[in-house]
Amino acid sequence: MTERTLRGATALVGATDAASPTGELDQHGRALEAAMVLEALDDAGLTLADVDGLSCAGNVTGLAEYLGIHPRYFDGTMVGGSSFQLHVEHAAAAVAAGLCEVVVSVYAATPRSDRHRRSAGGGFGGRGGPMAGPNPGAEWELPFGLRNPMGSYALAASRHMALYGTTSEQLAQIAVDTRAWAALNPRARYRDPITVDDVLASPMQVSPLHRLDCCLVTDGAGAVVITSAERARDLPKPPAYVLGVASCGDHSMISQMPDLTTTAGAVSGPAALAMAGVKHEDVDLLMGYDSFTITALLHLEDLGFCAKGEGGPFVEDGKLGPGGALPMNTNGGGLSYNHPGMYGMFLLVEAVRQLRGEAGDRQLDDPRVAVAHGSGGVLSTMGTVVLGTEVTL
Amino acid sequence: MTTSDPSPTKPSPGDDGTGELPALPRRKVFEPQSSTLSGPFWEATRERQLVLPWCTGCERAVWFPREVCPNCRGTSFDWRPASGAGEVHAVSVHHQPGLGRDPADGPYAVALVQLPEGVRMMSNIVGCALEDITVGMPVRVTWMPLSDGRHLPQFEPEPAV
Repeated sequence: MTERTLRGATALVGATDAASPTGELDQHGRALEAAMVLEALDDAGLTLADVDGLSCAGNVTGLAEYLGIHPRYFDGTMVGGSSFQLHVEHAAAAVAAGLCEVVVSVYAATPRSDRHRRSAGGGFGGRGGPMAGPNPGAEWELPFGLRNPMGSYALAASRHMALYGTTSEQLAQIAVDTRAWAALNPRARYRDPITVDDVLASPMQVSPLHRLDCCLVTDGAGAVVITSAERARDLPKPPAYVLGVASCGDHSMISQMPDLTTTAGAVSGPAALAMAGVKHEDVDLLMGYDSFTITALLHLEDLGFCAKGEGGPFVEDGKLGPGGALPMNTNGGGLSYNHPGMYGMFLLVEAVRQLRGEAGDRQLDDPRVAVAHGSGGVLSTMGTVVLGTEVTL
Repeated sequence: MTTSDPSPTKPSPGDDGTGELPALPRRKVFEPQSSTLSGPFWEATRERQLVLPWCTGCERAVWFPREVCPNCRGTSFDWRPASGAGEVHAVSVHHQPGLGRDPADGPYAVALVQLPEGVRMMSNIVGCALEDITVGMPVRVTWMPLSDGRHLPQFEPEPAV
């Protein structure tokens, strides 16, 4: 490591806590967390409008939604009692790196009063823990029979189709191209080619999504290692350098998504590409989270590979498949390779393999820049990572 | 599954079997618990009234009820009656039922409904053929009874004038 230190780069500027001699507090759950956030900001002479980073040891997107903010830095690190020290560590690095300016880390738990308080707001509360207290999803979505996550994505697809004329055939083309890549991956779950008609003939799950518009449910596991560029050069395999990285989130429940047809990738994507100094025509591989066909289509628009609303016509010619102009999800994607629930890891792994030239039958011709764009929740929180080979530095 | 306060149901028109305000058939759903913040909403549903929290700071309706106004960061709210009108913003016919639903009840429509008060809420579209539901369709609130006298807001096509 070169002379790089966080020493003196950041400071704690606001602090508060809540406690009572009775051992019990009146507020609990999200309301208590919100009160602490507001008090700490007040102590700092800041307001919620200043906050662009949020940390808690749990469902941090749900907390951001509750506070009504759209952070570009999230930390849900949960390692037990020292979680908040780690939040400070990560926030210090993020602020020093310019990813965000004002981060709040918050904690609230009421195990004592929970003993005689029925969990409020829905059935998932339980006692204490990050899901304690009012659970907006259980109160404002579950009673209407929303089947999550599929139903949330279906609502986004419904809106996109109504506004822009996007068709089921166009969405199906994404599944078809992704399957064509899977055919080249011996470890893919499904490798037999499919057609647009096959997708449309597969059972309707939650309209407008057919079964073949939906990702798999499989086992899966992966890991990546990150180190300094300097150290990376001494290691045996060619590094995939992190050229740009950014995130943004703007809701937790689909009913709170500000615009059902535009994800927070419209913020994270351009930010990551700008940091990387990479133009769209420089991108040799897009690994775009494909939990559903609509998910991938929205990424293409929000990252700027085509204009908003033009994703349907953009994918129609098969440009995402083998031999196409914009190879996407060369491992076969969440639609055909694997999907254990949180698929973002596999986006990174495949991007590294392609940049190293290790992708076997599906290897692209000398790729230099790969974008791994992950989507969390229900189109809620987007993270974009731009990777490049040595020549891109 | 959970049920809410077993407090007695207040008498309300239509609950007395006269058919003055016919209720929707009751279906099996995940019954929400009221939180401290949302109590007024669910209490109003006993009278089949749709009410919304309005931020007294910026005079805008907020959905869902919470501590902080997402528009102006205000923390003071009034409950006010909504018109009951709405428009289908997005819709998904669920052939695969969600948690708490009885598959025997068959497919149903989950929708986001845009209210003229400026907020968007999740609900169901009822009272018409599922294939006739379109984005942009005008709808009006109707009520499905819950097990404890509260009602769940549903929306049906606005009757033709």
